[in-house]
This record gives sequence, C-alpha cells and structure tokens, in this order.
Amino acid sequence: MKVMVSVKRVVDYNVRIQVKGDGSGVNLDGVKMSMNPFDEIAMEQAVQMKDAGTAEEVIAVTIGPAKAEEQLRSALAFGADRAIHVKTDEEIQPLTAARILAKLFEKEQPKVLLTGKQAIDDDANQTGQMTAALLDLPQATFASAIEFDGDKAKVTREVDSGLETIEVDLPAVITTDLRLNEPRYLKLPDIMKAKKKPIDAMSVEDLGIEEAVKLNVTKTAPPPEREPGVMVEDVNELVSKMKDKGLV
Amino acid sequence: MSKVLIVADVFEGELQGSTARAVTCAQDLSPDSVDVLVLSASGSAAEAAAKIEGVTKVLSVERAENEHPLAATFAPQVVAAAKQNDYTHVLGPNTTFGKDLMPRVAALLGVGMITDIMAVNGPHEFERPIYAGNAVVTVEAPGDQVLVASVRCASFDAAADGGSAEVEALSLDAELPSHTRFVSADTGGSSDRPDLASAGKVISGGRGVGSKENFDIIFSLADKMGAAVGASRAAVDSGFVPNDMQVGQTGKIIAPELYMCFGISGAIQHLAGIKDAGTIIAINKDEEAPIFEVADYGLVGDLFKVIPELEEALG
Ligand SMILES: Cc1cc2nc3c(=O)[nH]c(=O)nc-3n(C[C@H](O)[C@H](O)[C@H](O)COP(=O)(O)OP(=O)(O)OC[C@H]3O[C@@H](n4cnc5c(N)ncnc54)[C@H](O)[C@@H]3O)c2cc1C
Ligand SMILES: Nc1ncnc2c1ncn2[C@@H]1O[C@H](COP(=O)(O)O)[C@@H](O)[C@H]1O
Repeated sequence: MKVMVSVKRVVDYNVRIQVKGDGSGVNLDGVKMSMNPFDEIAMEQAVQMKDAGTAEEVIAVTIGPAKAEEQLRSALAFGADRAIHVKTDEEIQPLTAARILAKLFEKEQPKVLLTGKQAIDDDANQTGQMTAALLDLPQATFASAIEFDGDKAKVTREVDSGLETIEVDLPAVITTDLRLNEPRYLKLPDIMKAKKKPIDAMSVEDLGIEEAVKLNVTKTAPPPEREPGVMVEDVNELVSKMKDKGLV
Repeated sequence: MSKVLIVADVFEGELQGSTARAVTCAQDLSPDSVDVLVLSASGSAAEAAAKIEGVTKVLSVERAENEHPLAATFAPQVVAAAKQNDYTHVLGPNTTFGKDLMPRVAALLGVGMITDIMAVNGPHEFERPIYAGNAVVTVEAPGDQVLVASVRCASFDAAADGGSAEVEALSLDAELPSHTRFVSADTGGSSDRPDLASAGKVISGGRGVGSKENFDIIFSLADKMGAAVGASRAAVDSGFVPNDMQVGQTGKIIAPELYMCFGISGAIQHLAGIKDAGTIIAINKDEEAPIFEVADYGLVGDLFKVIPELEEALG
C-alpha cells in the first residue's frame, strides 16, 4: 500500500523558548529546528511498514518555508521514497493544513495518512482529525500499536482511561503517540542517499484550496511565574512545612 | 449573545468530571444558555449532567451506536445538534475524548478550533498555552462563526452539583458511518485510588524509581496520603506503570493542591503538566535537577530513604 506521512518543522523539543519582550511572539532567531517528534514516530512507522512489505511507497509531506526542506530530507533519510513540499512563509493553522493534506490525499490516494498526534509548537492536536473529517475517512488518534489486516487496521489508542482498541476500514488517518515505536537514528549513508531523492515543490495556490479563516493571535506572553521555592534539609522539616500549609 | 453547547464526556455510561469543568469555562462567556449534549447508549449520564449547576438544558441522544465514544460516529451528531439550535459556541473537555472529537467537529463545521482554553477574555477572545505551556497566547476568533474549542480542565474548577435542568430527548438527522468500530478497552483493572485528573493530591514517580516493583513504594505512600498516582514519560516508557498515568505536555495536565514527585528530573514536557499545581514538592538525589527550579519545597535525597521516613513522620 501507499503511505503518506506529514512532517512539520518545529522548534527542537530540547529548546527552552523565549517570549519576545513586546509580546509579538516567540523568539525563533537562531533557534534549533527539527522534525516534530511525533512525526518522527510516524515516519518510523511508515518505514517499518516498508521493511515488513506492508507498504510499497512512502511519501513525506510538509507545509512550510523553504527551510522545511531540511525536515523533508530527514524524512527521506528515514526511508521515504519521495517528498512533497508545499511552500509557504505564512503561518499555517491546522484547518488550512488539513485542507492541504486532504487535497494531496485525493491526488495521491494513499491507504494510510500518518500524522503526529500534535505539533509541539502550537500543541493544537487537530490536523489529523480535521483531515479525516474533510475526507470523510475513519480516524484512529493517539496510536500506540497498529496492525494491518487486508483492508482494515486495528489500532490501539492511548486514552485517559488506559488503552482502547478500534478497527477502521482503510483508507484511514492515523495519528501517532509516543509509545508506537522508537524512531531510528539517521545514518550517514541514508542521509547521503536522501539528497538524491525527489522533492516535488508547489505553492498553496497551486493546490487551489481555500485557506481557512485565521484565528488571530494578538498577544504572546510568558506563563504566570511561580513564587520561588525553598530547599528543606530533611524529612522532618518537609513534613512541618506540609503541616503548616494544611497539606497533610 | 452566547448560546453554548457542551459535549459531555461519558465513559462506560458514566458522566466524567471534565464536563462540569467545561460548564465553569462556559460561565465565563456570560452566556444566555449552557446546554449539555449527552451522546450515550442508555443510562444515567444525562441525569447526572442535569444536576450540574448552571446547565440550562440537557440534550440526550440515546442510541446503540453511542455506547463507545468514537469520534467518527459522534462528530456528525454534534454537528447536527449544533446546527439545529444555532449555537454560537461548541465546547468539549481537553481529555482524550475531546481531543479526538472536537477537531473533527470543527472541520465538519468549516471553522478553526481553539485547543485548551485556559482563560476566557470575552465571547471570542481566549488564552491558551503553546510550546508546552512556556508561552500563553491570546487568540481572537472571528465573531461571525461558530466557535469550537476544547477546555483545559486544569484551568477550571468543576461546577457544583445542585442544578435541575430539563432533559430533552433529541432526535438528530445525522448519518452515522460504519467504517470505525470499537473492539476493546483495557482500563488496567479498577482501582480505589482517586482519579489522577481531578485528585487534590498527586504523588508521582519517574525513572529514578527504577522498576515496576519499586513503584509499589510510590503507591504505598499515595495510599497513605489519599493521593492519586502519576508518572513521568520515562517511567511509562520503561514499563513501570501504564500510559494513563503519564503527566505532562502529551499526557495528563493536572492541577492538584499538592504535587509531590520522586525521581523526576523536571523536563519541560513534564512541567507542562503540573504548572497549575498548588504546591509542588520534589525529592531528587541530584541537587542540580531542574525540578528544583519550580518546586515550592525541594529535598535532595534518595527516594528509597526519604519515603520510609515520610511514612513514619506522617504516622
Ligand atoms: C514529544 C515529547 C513529548 C514528551 N511528553 C512528556 C510528557 O507528557 N510527560 C513527561 O513526563 N515527559 C515527556 N517527555 C519526556 C521528557 O522530555 C523527559 O524525557 C522525561 O520527563 C524524563 O522523565 P524522568 O524525569 O522520570 O527521567 P530522567 O530525566 O531520567 O530523571 C530521573 C531523575 O531521577 C533522579 N533519581 C534517580 N535515582 C534516584 C533516587 N534513588 N532517589 C531520588 N532521585 C533519583 C535522577 O537524579 C534524575 O533527576 C516528552 C518528550 C518528548 C520528546
Ligand atoms: N505545516 C505542516 N506541515 C506538515 N504537517 C503538519 C503541518 N501542520 C500540522 N501537521 C501534521 O499534523 C500533526 C498535528 O499537528 P497540530 O494539529 O498542529 O498539533 C503534526 O504532527 C503533523 O504531522
């Protein structure tokens, strides 16, 4: 089957972001950027399907600036066969991203679209579900195990109460959770090979989709600060502090 | 004029506490009405929703297909209910139920969605966290569209019981797909411990606890203190405890009065889940651990020595 994977360029998960003093946003100058960690998990899933013979072709898709080509190259180094780069310098919100992914889905007709469960920059947790809705397809979010069986997939989902297993007809949209797999480390030969793989570039206009009405971000602020704490010497001191506060 | 529809979180026939938190968030909109939509197979969830203070009306859709909350089945019903009564706002909780469902609802309605409302500034202006809560943005949604959002449960207290809203059986003109089917649920057996999402006290363990067996001392302390038990991602990934105990950016976001953690380093992704805790107490053997930067009380020590001492001191 054909598998499509969406990958987003985001601030690396190790970076402690700084809010700009004038409240206009987050400072991204010189900050390390990476593939969204959940998309790495999605890529790993797709490539494992290729290794197992379940998938014949893996296509990676990103929507983002010219530099997002770096993340597509990483996806190709994971083992994607080719990539699609929808170029834009604008901030793309989930509904528009979903419209773009839905359009590409219709063009490419994959059996599965794998997306991350959430992008760790906007923490929206929306795009996969929205894409499934627009395509009128099943969705299996927060996947921690996927089993393909002909035209169906059984997906175990991480939910608040524990685990839930559902069955979906293919094609379907599946969003990945942390424990689906451990993404591989990219090796130099694969990185070199990825440089020669094709990337099809296009603009949002080329796709002829209507951009969704934007939610307008008017201010970005640091989170409320907590009062600085104190170190205690031993358990007795800790317990007496807890008693003072009525916590025990 | 705000007419709010809240989608109730019902699990195994029972109304979840997150619904009453969404009602509190809805009150901040100074609404004309707050209706709760209960999709279920049968049972008492609609009655429970009617008791939440501040609820105007409960709309109950009982059908066999609603036994398990599948987003693909629920979304067309929520959309039909939202259109039928011209709601201005459709809210759900930011539990895995709401995270799964609400974006599907928004896309079917053709509108963007606000994830994780943490404060309401006006009918169309909200605050929400981004970057694991390391920044808070003010977002303005268009006033001429229905607003779809999820409510960050940790930011709102549950509305009290004491209401007596009318329950109206709703029949909806919605075609339900058959392409998504429930297979099974694994809740890891029932537990008498308080629910992690709403508990007043939470005791957590991380990689430092070392093993599944060792985690027993965390459970034992929690039982002594009447606390729920949480964990870091590393503890879950290592198989010490099940996934539903993960606290953090991509796990549960909680706001207990007391959060006490052992052997957790304090990665930003973990801190994202506990920023609203009343008092944070950290026990870690490494005095440089970043958790001490946010802890109200920090104790440098070996958790295997500290916990027995604590149990003794607490009597
Ligand atoms: C996309 C993404 C999402 C993530 N989401 C989450 C999330 O939701 N929640 C989450 O928790 N993490 C999350 N993480 C992981 C996070 O980055 C950290 O890796 C994780 O929180 C570390 O867990 P830990 O503190 O238990 O382990 P470690 O960082 O390994 O820390 C263990 C600590 O235990 C201490 N210790 C060891 N032995 C003892 C002892 N005997 N007594 C006392 N102290 C001891 C050590 O000093 C150390 O500080 C996410 C990561 C990514 C990339
Ligand atoms: N601009 C984008 N380019 C590619 N994939 C995206 C983009 N935005 C969102 N996605 C995908 O949707 C997932 C969820 O993102 P979000 O809804 O923003 O939390 C991500 O993990 C990606 O797989």
